[in-house]
Order: sequence, then C-alpha cells, then structure tokens
Amino acid sequence: MSEEVKKENTNAKDLTAEIKDLVVEFRTDYGVVQALNSMELEIERGKTLGLVGETGAGKTTTGLSLLRLIPDPPGVIVKGSIKLDGKDILSMSDKEMQDIRGKAVAMIFQDPMTSLDPVMTVENQIAEVIKLHEEGGMEHALTRAREMLELVGIPGSRGSEYPHQFSGGMKQRVVIAMALACNPELLIADEPTTALDVTIQAQVLEMMKGLREKYNTSMLMITHDLGIVAEICDKVSVIYAGHVIEHGTLVDIFKNTRHPYTEGLFNSLPNLENRTAELKPIKGLMPDPSNLPKGCAFCPRCDYAMEICKTEKPKRVYRNDTHYVECHLYNEDNIQEGKVSIR
Amino acid sequence: MSNTAAVHENEQISIKKKSQIVDVWKRLCRNKTAVLGLIIVAILVLIAIFAPIVLDYENQVIKTDYGNALKAPCAAHPFGTDEMGRDILVRVLYATSTSLSIGVVTVIVSLTVGLILGSAAGYFGGKVDMIIMRIMDIFLAIPGILLAICIVASLGNSIINLVIAQAVSAVPTFARVVRGAVMTVRDAEYVEAARAIGAKDSTIIFHDVLPNSLAPIIVQTTLQVASVILSIAGLSFIGLGIPAPRPEWGAMLSASRAYIRDYSYMCLFPGAAIMITILSLNLLGDGLRDALDPRLR
Amino acid sequence: MIKFIVKRLLALIPVLIGVSLLVFFILDLAPGDPAKTILGEQARPEDIAALREEMGLDDPFLVRYGRYMFDLVQGDLGTSYKTKDPVGEEVWARLPNTFKLALTSTVVAILLALPLGVIAAIKQNTLFDGISMFISLLGISMPVFWMGLLLIMFFSVKMGWFPVAGADQGIKSLVLPSIALGFMHMASIARTTRSSMLETIRQDYIRTVRAKGLPEREVITDHALRNALIPTTTVIGLQIGSMLGGSVLTESVFAWPGIGRYMVQSIQGRDIPSVMGCIIIFALSFALINLLVDLIYGFIDPRIKAQYK
Repeated sequence: MSEEVKKENTNAKDLTAEIKDLVVEFRTDYGVVQALNSMELEIERGKTLGLVGETGAGKTTTGLSLLRLIPDPPGVIVKGSIKLDGKDILSMSDKEMQDIRGKAVAMIFQDPMTSLDPVMTVENQIAEVIKLHEEGGMEHALTRAREMLELVGIPGSRGSEYPHQFSGGMKQRVVIAMALACNPELLIADEPTTALDVTIQAQVLEMMKGLREKYNTSMLMITHDLGIVAEICDKVSVIYAGHVIEHGTLVDIFKNTRHPYTEGLFNSLPNLENRTAELKPIKGLMPDPSNLPKGCAFCPRCDYAMEICKTEKPKRVYRNDTHYVECHLYNEDNIQEGKVSIR
Repeated sequence: MSNTAAVHENEQISIKKKSQIVDVWKRLCRNKTAVLGLIIVAILVLIAIFAPIVLDYENQVIKTDYGNALKAPCAAHPFGTDEMGRDILVRVLYATSTSLSIGVVTVIVSLTVGLILGSAAGYFGGKVDMIIMRIMDIFLAIPGILLAICIVASLGNSIINLVIAQAVSAVPTFARVVRGAVMTVRDAEYVEAARAIGAKDSTIIFHDVLPNSLAPIIVQTTLQVASVILSIAGLSFIGLGIPAPRPEWGAMLSASRAYIRDYSYMCLFPGAAIMITILSLNLLGDGLRDALDPRLR
Repeated sequence: MIKFIVKRLLALIPVLIGVSLLVFFILDLAPGDPAKTILGEQARPEDIAALREEMGLDDPFLVRYGRYMFDLVQGDLGTSYKTKDPVGEEVWARLPNTFKLALTSTVVAILLALPLGVIAAIKQNTLFDGISMFISLLGISMPVFWMGLLLIMFFSVKMGWFPVAGADQGIKSLVLPSIALGFMHMASIARTTRSSMLETIRQDYIRTVRAKGLPEREVITDHALRNALIPTTTVIGLQIGSMLGGSVLTESVFAWPGIGRYMVQSIQGRDIPSVMGCIIIFALSFALINLLVDLIYGFIDPRIKAQYK
C-alpha cells in the first residue's frame, strides 16, 4: 500500500486526539533529556488506545502533552502538533486551554495518594471542576459532585470528608469521579490501578469500562500491564524512549507480535499455562534519555541487533492497515511471514 | 589473620568517614552564598583573634580623649569617634573579639549540657525522657531573651553571668534538637546490633548514636552562635550586657542613641557589624544544612 | 474542639507553675536587700529589720514562693518597690500598648510576607525572587533595635514624618515601631512561604487541579497557598518567642510605653516584683498565643483538626 492511500485513510478516521511528530525535551542544569522523540498517537472516537512501555519511556509525558500540562520549566515542546477534535492545541490561548482541561479532556493520575488536595473536602474538589465547566453555580455543582461519588460507589454523604479519611482505592475512585464529572470526550488514564491492591484493581477497571460504555468516551490507557491492555483496549501503541515502535489492534499486537521489544514485554510476563517456563526479562535498562543511541534506540538491548541498527533509524513497515512496526528486521516482503529467526 | 582484617576494616571506616567530610565540603563549596558566608566568618574569626593582639586595649580601645570627641569619619578615624573621643573603628574591631568569643563559649557550654540531657532523654526514653523534657518545656515557656534578661537582671551584668544567662536559655533548644536526632537513629539497625553484642549504653550513645545524628546538631550550633551574638547585643543595648568600658556593638549602639540627631554616623557601624556577623553565620548555617542533608533540598 | 482547648489550658497550669518557680528562684538570687531598696540606703537598721519581718523576707524560700503564688491566683502580682503601687495595675495599664504593637507588627509582617513569598516562589530565579530573598536575608540578620535606630534616623530626624519616640501621636507613633518589629518577622515568614510554596507547587495535587482547567491564579490562591500555609504557620508560631523578646527591645528604642519598657526600667531600678510580674505576663501571653496558633493550624489543616477531638 502506498503512502498516499495511507494518508487518506488517516483523514477519514474520526479522531478525538492526534499527536504528530512531537518532540519534547526536558532542559535542566544537568543536560537535555529527550522525553518524547517524534511521538505519534491517534485515538479514535469511542475507542481506547493502550500506551505501553517501561517506566521512563515517556508515557506520562504523552498524556500530559494532550492537556498541555508538561511542566515548564524544564519541559519544552520543540516541534510537532497536538490536535484535539482536529484543532491544534499548541496555538491556543491559556483561556481556551483552561476550557478544554477537565471538560473535553480529563486525566486520571497515577498516584491517588498524592493526587488530591489534602486540605479540601472531596465533594468540593469534584464540584470545583463542575462549577468551572457547567452552568448552575455552586449549589448545582455540589449536588452533581455527590451524584458522581455515588456513581463510583462512594456514599454521597462522605463527600464532606477530607482525602486523609479515605483509603487508597476510594481516593482513586474520587479521582476518577473528578475526571468523569464533566463527561469528557477523552479520558487519559495514567496507570489508574498501579497503586491499588489487585482486588481493587479489578473493581476499578470494571467501573471504568462501564462508564466508558455509558458515555461513549474515548480513552488513552497508559500502563505497563499487558493484562489491562488485553482487557480494555482496542488498539495498542508500544512506546520506547519516547517513540512508538509498534502499533496495531489488540490482535495485531498480541497474536502477530513483530518488534523484538514487544516480544520482550510478553516474555517477561509469567506464563500461566507453563508455570515451569523461566521468565525472560529484557536485558539491560532503558537508554540514558539525555544520550540516545544514534540508530534504533532499542539496539543495545536487542537480541537480533544488526550492524545497520547501530547507525540508522529503522523505517516504518506496515503489516496491514492497522499494524506497523519500526525495526530493521522487517521489510515489505517479509513482514507477513511472522517472526524473523536469528540469522 | 583476623587482626589484619580488623585493621583493614578500621582503615576502611576512616576512609569512609573522610570521604563523607569531603563530600559535604564539596557540596558546601558548590553553594555560592554558603561560601560567601564561610569567607566572612573566617575573616571575622581572624579579626577576633588578632584584634586583642594588635590593638592596645588600655591606650587605643578604652582611653578617653574628649578633645577628639564626636569627630565624623575622616582619614584618621575612618568610622569617626564616639562621645568620649574613642576611635569607633578600633572599638568595632575589638568588639568582634568579645562577641565572637562569648558566642562560641556560650554555645560550647550549652551544647555540652544540651548533648548530655538530649541524648539521655532520646536514648533512654520513658521516664527519663519525660522528666528531662518537661523541665526543658518550662525553660522553653519563657522566650529565650526574656529568660536571659531575667538571669542577668538578678545576677548582675558581668561576662560570666552573660554566658550563664545565654547558655541557660540555649540549652533547651539543643536538648530538643539532640533528642530528636537521637530518637531517629536510636532504633536504627546498627544501634540494635551494637546492643545485641552487649555494648554499654554510654558506648552506644557516643560511638554510634551521636556521630550519626551530627548533621542537625552542627547546623543548630552555627545558627545558635548567631542567635547568642544577637541577644548579647540586645542585652547590652538595654544596659544588661558587657559592662563598660569594654566595647560591645549593642552597647555602642545604645550610647549612639543620644547623638542620633547630629552624629548619626555613630549608629551605623556597630549595627552593620552585627548585621554582617549574623548574616554570614546564617548563610553558613543554611549552606551547612543543605550540604549535610541533601535530602532536604 | 472546646474539649481540646480546655485540655490545653489545663496542661498550661503545671508549665506556668514551673515557670513562676523558676523565675522566682532566679530573681531570689539577686544580691541586695529588698527592704533596703524600699527604704533607701540611709534607713535605720531597725526599720529595715522591721520591714523584713513585715514582708516575710526571712521565711524559707518555698514559703515565700507559696505566698506569692497564693496572691498571684487572686490576680495580685505584688507591690512595686519603687512606686509602691500594685504591679498588676502597672502591668495592666501598659498591656494594651504592647498588645497593639505586637498585633500591628504581626499583621503587617504577614500581609507583606505572604505575597512576597508567593510571588518569589512563582517567579523563582527571577530578579524579583533574588531581590526579595536578599531583603528577607537582611531582615533576619538585622538586630531589631538597629533597624529601629535607622528608621528613627531617617524618617523621624531627617524627614520629620514620624515622632522619634513615645506613643502620644496615635497611629503616627505606631508606624515606625511596627515596621521595626515587623520587618524581622516579615523576612522569615517570607522565606518560609517561598520555600513551602516551591515545594507545594510541585505536588501531584496541584497538577490535578490544573488538569481541571482552573485558572492559574486560583490554582495558586485556592490550593497551593492554602497548603503552603501549614509550614508557614509553624514558623509564625515558632517566632512568637523572639517576637515578644523583640518587643522588649523595640519598646526600649522607641520609648514605647509597654510592658517591655516597664520591665527594663524595673530591672534598672532593681524593682524585683515588677520584673517578676512582667515575666509572668510574658510567659502567660506566650503560652496563650501558642495555643491560638495551634488552633489556627487545625483550621488550615483538616488532618490536624481531626486530632483535636
């Protein structure tokens, strides 16, 4: 398939959010860190995209960039475009951006323990976002806030309590209630269950699924947990060192894994069918983001690395309409065949 | 064999200690304002040491010369002369020695007492802690300078009484800081280990607990020198400090009050001397805090 | 809440007993004979002996202390050696002046320090930040009495805007003493506000609030500042002691007719009962203001309020 056709296809999609060629740097006294490296991302309306990668790969930065909340200083958007509903948010005024935050796009943050203001009652914290984006004043906002609490399974009467009186799981529900309060078109969930017990994780995920269906919300699910991806996502982008290296539908990624890094992620999961099988963690660590390799960023840790990987960035190769990979192992001819064995 | 191993271990420990000090030093040097503070403190210490040697106390510092009284700053008297014709520069320099030495002596005394009381309270806990800290609470219930005023007012003003007054009001602060520091390390594993091999309480306190709670104590010591110098100046200002004619900054300021209308230069230099001293000690103290405990940054 | 206050007030009693015992003991060490002080150096020995007998000066220490405390709980602070007036009346007459000075300087300090600290934190590493932190550093290093002298020198002597001393020109008299006393506290409150704001601004919950679409101004005032006030209040509380001490010096510089100046005059006149009364009043105010700060603390931080029940 030629590039031309591909482009048309992209345009035809109804995209809630689109990031193109985004480069973000963190400039500190100790050097420049490349947080995002020509990052790309597409979220279709009503669908959920999983953003998968290790700690430090740039997942949270990507999420924050959609709200234009990358901490500045030290974060600087060097180039690229971020569009919400087709509108470029980088050229918007602060006021326009404030109208989008919490209303069109809402975010659930990673750590519920520290994400709530300790000196404000939870109902006031939820009401704050409603009051900002809906008519009807404080009275209405408070009523709605209590409704939202009920919706996430917390008695509305507990709204007048402070965050320190809630457990971790309940705090996360409050954060979710806050994010959903104004029926956002796009919900960014940054590892929403990492800080929770496994049993509560399942409850929270179920709840998010239900709410997504009810309001037809698009979602960006940031996680390193492939189990959560399988459960809730429609498409998956695998991100490494601030760049998408493989992207596809659930079936593409889970059944037709191509990139050695994605394969490594699967191999480092315990295998329930074969419990004696050894875990195969990916060797080495993320490359120093202030000093990325010249060629493929994964090259130093890759079992299949070739000479070309050290010097040249791999091009994008499509397996089908939805699935692409960026790796020197593949070209138009061998991409359909499956995994390339070691030379 | 085991002997050499022990020696080797000892060497390693001393190397480790040295490298820690080097680390702190390096961090301190990276902090520009702290270095500035350190340099000024060093200069002040030099002045304090050499002023009594170089200056003639009887003939330069306290000798009155009414013919030369109240001269504005000029080449012969860069800071001018006071109401008794004494050179203000000479007196300011000499007073450095008085203030600094009283400050240091007071802090050494109160630190020693504070260390004993605080480490006993922190290490033993329970009743010992309760009794010591309740008594300290009573001292802390009176603002420090008022307690000092009270003591000097009763005992009369002499240098010894000043030191006692300041030390008494500084002890509770030290005891508190030491107690807090000791309590945080008391339950650390290396202390438990020492206890498990049967070390004596005093050995544990002086060999294991105190060296590991040094950071806040050092910082508090630096800041306390500043605070003692400040309150000596304050006491002298209200006539309860160093007895005349020995020069003291606060007393000089107090004397300048009567001449503020026509000879205002008199109140500039002693005040500036206090400010520079306190400022440099504060800068150094802040810098030490940052350098000793990088986590606090 | 009321239960908490009552509990705290009850806990004050042993501390105040300890304080009075301590101060009584220290002042008892004073050399010289109070009877002689009252009657003058030329008094006849038998008159002095008679007065000693009448005042019970030869009783054991604890008896004298007990008598003093017995009077104290009835509101009697003893009789001044100098004026022969009740110390309680003398102190009571001067208390409003000291209170006025302490209150205005605290209010001025807080009103100036909070915006200064907040703006310095928001504009970290700018010129504004540098200048305001330099001023604050000067503030914590300048002795309050020198600051007072400089203010008098410039604004009273040179410009003639304010009186040099005293309290007889109303607000005008209050301006310079308040600035002198307030400056030091302004400085340290501003420093703490700045550093706690810097810490707070980086917290996750501030990011959450921004993600709600709250305008930056309100992010700062409604969330960051409220949280930053918690450590700031602690510092204000810790400063009360130096504030009271500073007020003694400030009152001396400006001849301000408050308790501090009365105490200094009493010391110079060796008027022990007056000194004792002043220190008792200072210690009592110190304790009560500390309690007040603790209550304010609970008002700001619900986590602490929960412990008050």
